[in-house]
Amino acid sequence: MRIGRRIVTTLKRTAVHAAPTVLGIIVLDFLFLQLMPGDVADVMAMEAGSATAETVAMMRERFGLDQPMLAQLMSFLGHLVHFDLGFSPRFNASVVDIILERLPNTLLLMMSALSLALLLGIAVGSVMAAWAGKWPDRVLSVVVLLLYSMPGFWVGLMAVVLFSVKLGWLPSDSNMTIGSDFTGWDLVLDRAAHLVLPALALATFFVAVYARLVRASMLEVQRQDFMRTAHAKGLHPFLIQLRHALRNALIPVTTVAGMHLGNLLGGAVVVETLFGWPGMGRLALEAVLGRDFSVLLGVLLLSSFLVILANVLIDLLHAWLDPRIGEA
Amino acid sequence: MTMRFNATRRATLVGLSAVALTGARAGAQTPKKGGTLTFLQNSEPTTLVSLTTTATPSLTNSAKTTEGLLEYDYDVNPRPGLATEWSISPDGLRYSFKLRPNVKFHDGKPFTSADVAYSIHLLKTVHPRGRNTYANVTEVQTPDPLTAIIVLSKPAPYLIKALTAAESPMVPKHIYEGADAITNQNGNAPIGTGPYLFKEWVRGSHVIFERNPHYWNPELPRIDRMVCKFVRDAGARSVAFENGSGDIGYRTPVALADLDRLKKVPHLVFSTEGTSYSYNVQCIQFNLDSEYFKHLKVRQAVAHAINRDALVKAVAYGYGTVSHVPIAPGLKEYHDPTPSPYGYDLKKAESLLDEAGFKRGSDKIRFKVPMDYNPIGDEGRRTCEFTRAVLGRIGIAVEIRAQDLSAFAKRVYTDRDFHFTYNGHSNLFDPTVGVQRIYWSKNFKKGVPFSNGSHYVNPRVDELLEGAAIENDPVKRKQMFLEFQKIYAQDVPDLSLYSPLYLTIKNKRVHDDSPTADGVEANMSRVWLDA
Repeated sequence: MRIGRRIVTTLKRTAVHAAPTVLGIIVLDFLFLQLMPGDVADVMAMEAGSATAETVAMMRERFGLDQPMLAQLMSFLGHLVHFDLGFSPRFNASVVDIILERLPNTLLLMMSALSLALLLGIAVGSVMAAWAGKWPDRVLSVVVLLLYSMPGFWVGLMAVVLFSVKLGWLPSDSNMTIGSDFTGWDLVLDRAAHLVLPALALATFFVAVYARLVRASMLEVQRQDFMRTAHAKGLHPFLIQLRHALRNALIPVTTVAGMHLGNLLGGAVVVETLFGWPGMGRLALEAVLGRDFSVLLGVLLLSSFLVILANVLIDLLHAWLDPRIGEA
Repeated sequence: MTMRFNATRRATLVGLSAVALTGARAGAQTPKKGGTLTFLQNSEPTTLVSLTTTATPSLTNSAKTTEGLLEYDYDVNPRPGLATEWSISPDGLRYSFKLRPNVKFHDGKPFTSADVAYSIHLLKTVHPRGRNTYANVTEVQTPDPLTAIIVLSKPAPYLIKALTAAESPMVPKHIYEGADAITNQNGNAPIGTGPYLFKEWVRGSHVIFERNPHYWNPELPRIDRMVCKFVRDAGARSVAFENGSGDIGYRTPVALADLDRLKKVPHLVFSTEGTSYSYNVQCIQFNLDSEYFKHLKVRQAVAHAINRDALVKAVAYGYGTVSHVPIAPGLKEYHDPTPSPYGYDLKKAESLLDEAGFKRGSDKIRFKVPMDYNPIGDEGRRTCEFTRAVLGRIGIAVEIRAQDLSAFAKRVYTDRDFHFTYNGHSNLFDPTVGVQRIYWSKNFKKGVPFSNGSHYVNPRVDELLEGAAIENDPVKRKQMFLEFQKIYAQDVPDLSLYSPLYLTIKNKRVHDDSPTADGVEANMSRVWLDA
């Protein structure tokens, strides 16, 4: 019952907050993009290596770039009201189609990376907390520090050199073997093999963050009264750590993980480029370089939805982990 | 009398020489059938038919489905394509083409002269270069379904070289007629007469072409499938060549610094075949409205300070041919090999700067000036660093400015907010098409990339370029281009540096990938793979 009521209030609150947030994001994004020098007609003419005044003028007119800025913004918002993100002049396709094609790939990569980071981070953090100050803690601290200070793309590059070039175990480009007609189990294995390296490259930094967080919060919990009570009840130390210490320690971790979703989207740009992963991060980068603002605004809009959605989920997760949160 | 080329005999001759070449190279192997070729490409095209754009990624893929009237051997002599015979009237005003019979589009409709006429009309109206190339075309006559006659108002001596599949694609009239050419969905899922059928395009990842079983040449194509993979990261492309997940790539598809390492990989082959259709010339581009570079002596001083041989070694790792003029050495007919009158001489450079009134100040510096670079290749930054080092020695302090492609275009061609840049221009198949636009005063057009960005005005140059564009006599035409290059060398409106040498990198299992001047940008119908 309580959870049900909680979901309703959370959703209500989110809806009230989300609408102005999204509108603000769109308008600000749009205005910032206007500050960038050049437009899509410039890019397409430069890439073509040749242009005439007529072709450049024709492109501007066709893409609505000859309109005043306010008119362009109004036209974009007008389309948005009808759930239409517009048309991309570069891709010659509707923005919704372009994004929806990439969205599943990015979600898969992000979720795999986040799950990997959480699993490894929590496991490593718990071990470090359990042996705090002893050698497993010391060794893992060094490893975590290394992971924390190495940029993800470098980890990715090194992993490619080792696993893909030298050992030949894992593929390093794209999200599947293109042109192969795998089905069933082969298909799953093929996708999974392609996922390993990029997910790893994206996750390393976050593994370090979560490990440190879990270690700190678990150590803090150790001295609490309920832990002493649990010990006094004669529970197995492992169960105490799992049910009492870790569950409490998960609150800060999940909070931070929710916020990291935005960072992951940013990190995905680099990792997706490196591994040729056909996702939204690369799409965003290409849209910036190509000045394809309709696509970029679409990606930014969808990303803000993703972050808002993640926050809702984290809220609900907290309610389950600790029923006291947000009761008032 | 009309000049007539006996197509069959020419084809036989070319065929024989091709056999001889292959024999010398690969021990006369018989082509095998089947297999999948993975073609690595640096970036994704915006459309799969190069009708409305001439961006390289579109040129790379277009010919696989959509063919042209002619093909060209390595010396850019025409060979039969969709046209089997062709002739040019002596006054250069009528181009007649006999079309190949029984050619069908992928949707089963026949290819006829009506498609040729409509394609030329589209090229003249929506193609970025076609507006110039086909400017003199008044009509395309179609006396019968297999004859097309292009009629011109003035001679266009370059036209016969413009008919490759990628430069002048022959598209189906029944799909384009009455529809908007730019947003036409044929650009996303092309139907043509080509050796490969379009299968799928997964944006951000790849395009797949499959063997066309009804191709007009029943022997071809030989492979079952071509996967064109878009790999944006140069390091990732190196890895793909190394581990065998990529078969072929062109225009030196890896970082130049990686080449030495990759040349040691036993299964990789490096080739320069099929790079003669279009040459680039890289240059230091001056803004002739700049307070510094409007002075001829300052430009001459910069010319005296640059050692092109050293630059090619340092910047292009030796993969380039020095050129003192904007017509590339590869265009042998028109290139002037005379070295610049301003040879490498730092003392001379210093005295010219003194004469121009830019004396060294108390800090030894004559003036400070920013330099921008075209970011398309990775050599732009290095060229700027090289320039900064040598100009520093003659007292010019260079500050390098970086920006992306769009910002560069706007700065140079729209805002004209620059002093000098590193830039490059494609010569294409003829100086009238590729070179005239940069130096013709009437092509000083704000907002148009690769126009006369220096703002060079010389009435004699205008006269020569305009004359050569319509000169039907090859000897006179050559004289005009040579005189233009002499004037150019003296005026230094920009400083031509070198013509890059582009390598095709391929797995040694790939054969006959580049039998024509335009290499892998052609239809690749003859390519085959070892099992």
